[in-house]
Amino acid sequence: MRRNYHLFILLFPVIFWLVCFFLLPLASVFIYSFIERGTYGGVRWNFTLENYQRLFDGLYLGILWRSVATALICTAICLLLGYPFAYYLARYRPKHRNVLLLLVVVPFWTNFLIRTYAWILILRTEGLLNSLLGAVLPNWSPLELLNTPLAVQIGLVYGYLPFMILPLYAALEQLDMSLLEAAQDLGASPRHAFWHVTVPLSLPGILAGSMLVFIPTVGAFLTPDLLGGGKVSYIGNVIERQFKTARDWPFGSALSFMLMGIVLVGAVLYFRALQDSESTET
Amino acid sequence: MRRILEANIGLVYLFLYTPILAVVVFSFNSGEQISVWEGFTFGWYAKLFEDEALWRACRNSLMVAGVATIIATLIGTAAALAIERHRFRFRTALVRVLYLPIIIPDIVLAIALLTFYVQARIPLGLITVIIAHSVFNIAYVTIVVRARLQGYDNTLEEAARDLGANEWQTFWQITFPLIAPGIIGGALLAFTLSIDDFVITFFTAGVGYTTLSVHIYSLLKFGITPKINAISTMLLANSIVFILLFLWFQEGTTSSQKQGF
Repeated sequence: MRRNYHLFILLFPVIFWLVCFFLLPLASVFIYSFIERGTYGGVRWNFTLENYQRLFDGLYLGILWRSVATALICTAICLLLGYPFAYYLARYRPKHRNVLLLLVVVPFWTNFLIRTYAWILILRTEGLLNSLLGAVLPNWSPLELLNTPLAVQIGLVYGYLPFMILPLYAALEQLDMSLLEAAQDLGASPRHAFWHVTVPLSLPGILAGSMLVFIPTVGAFLTPDLLGGGKVSYIGNVIERQFKTARDWPFGSALSFMLMGIVLVGAVLYFRALQDSESTET
Repeated sequence: MRRILEANIGLVYLFLYTPILAVVVFSFNSGEQISVWEGFTFGWYAKLFEDEALWRACRNSLMVAGVATIIATLIGTAAALAIERHRFRFRTALVRVLYLPIIIPDIVLAIALLTFYVQARIPLGLITVIIAHSVFNIAYVTIVVRARLQGYDNTLEEAARDLGANEWQTFWQITFPLIAPGIIGGALLAFTLSIDDFVITFFTAGVGYTTLSVHIYSLLKFGITPKINAISTMLLANSIVFILLFLWFQEGTTSSQKQGF
C-alpha cells in the first residue's frame, strides 16, 4: 500500500503535465483541422473535411513530395559521409578518439540559428565561397547559391550530420573485431566481410541515425526559411505561413496532422526494422 | 582504402568547422559587410554591451530556460524513478507518450500548443513558452536519468531498506547521490536545448516577449549586420563552456563508478 503511494507521488506530476500540455494540445490541433476558416483570420465552428481535401491538391502534394525527397536525400548524404567517418573513428587510438568525437559534438551543442546563419556568410553572392573561387579563378562570375534548393540541402546536412555520426559510432565501437577476423580466416575478402559482417551488425546504428536525421529534416522550417529565402516551399514553411501570415489555422492544423502521420509511419517502420535486425542476430 | 577514409575524416571536419570559424573570424572585421574583410576591430563586441534589446532577450531566455529546466528536471527524474524502479500496468504506454514530444517534428508540437493556448484562452507570454519547453525537456531528462539508473542494480537500495532505512532515507542517502550526475547532466542538456530552441518559442511566445533565439531570427530576417557575428561568437563560447561542464560531470560519474564498484 505504501509502495503504491510512492508510485503515485512519482507518476502524478508527469501524467498531469503530459495530459494537460501535450495530449490536450494534440487533441486541440486535431479539432482545429476539422473546422471552417472564418472571414477575418478567425475560425467558424462548423465541421468540415475541406482542409483534408485541400491536401490532395496538386500544389500541396508537390510540396509534400519535395519535403520528403529532400529529407531522404539528406539522410542518404549524412549516411555516406557519416558511416566511413564513424567506422574510422571507432578504430582510432582510444586516447585520441574521445577528442575527435568531442569535435563532432561541439557543433551539435551550438545554437542552430547560428549554424544556419554561418552558411549565409559562405553562400551569399558576396560570400566567402564566391570570393575564394574569384581569387583562384580569374574569370569567375559569382554564382547565386543562396536561396536555392541546394543551399537548403547543404544547410540540412550540416545541421543534422552529428545526429547520424553519434549512433553509428556507438554501434561500430561495440562491434566485436574477432568476428571480422573469423570471417577473413574463413576466406572472406575484406569487402565481403564488410558487407556481410560489419554492415548487418551496425544496422541498429544505421537505423537510429537515419531516424534522427529524417524526422527533423522532413518538417524543417528554419533552414528552408533562412537558406531558401522562402522561394522554394517545404511543408514546414507552408505550416508556418498558415499560422503567421495567411491566418488559415484549420488548414495549417490539417497539414501538421499529416506531417505527424508521416513521421509516425517512419517511426513505426523504424521499430519494426530494429526488431527484425535484433531477431536475426539471436 | 585507408587514404579514402582519412580524406573523408578531413572533409567532414572541414565541413563542420569552416562555417563556425568563418563567423568567429568575421566578428572581428571592421567593415560594414558581414563577409568582406577590411580590418581588425573589437567594435562589434563593444556595441553588444549597449544593445538594450539584446540584453532583454538574454534575460528572457535565461528565465525561460531556468524555470523550464527546474520543472523538467523534477518531473523527469520522478518519471525515470517510477519507470525504472516500479512495475505498473500502463508503463509501456507511459514511456511511449513521454518520448512522443521529441519524436514528432518541433513545428507540430509548437502548433499543437498554440491552438491549445488559444482555445483554453491562456494569453501568450513567457509562461506559455516555459510550459512548452518543459514538455520536450521532460523527455530528455527522463532519458538521461533512466540511463543512469540502468547503470547499477537496486541491491544497494534493498540493502539500505533491510538495514532499517525508510523510503525517504534510502532515496536521499543512496539513490540520490548515485543518480545525481545523471540529474545534473539531464538538467544541463535541458537548459542548453531550451536556450537554443527557436521554432517552439517562435509560435508560443506573446508579442513583446522576445528570447535570444527569436531576437537573432528577427536580425537575420530584417537586416543582417556584422553585430550578428559577434553575438554568434559569444554564444559559441557559451556552448563550449557548457559541453565542458557536461563532460566534467560525466567524467565524474565514470571515475566514481570505477572507485565505488
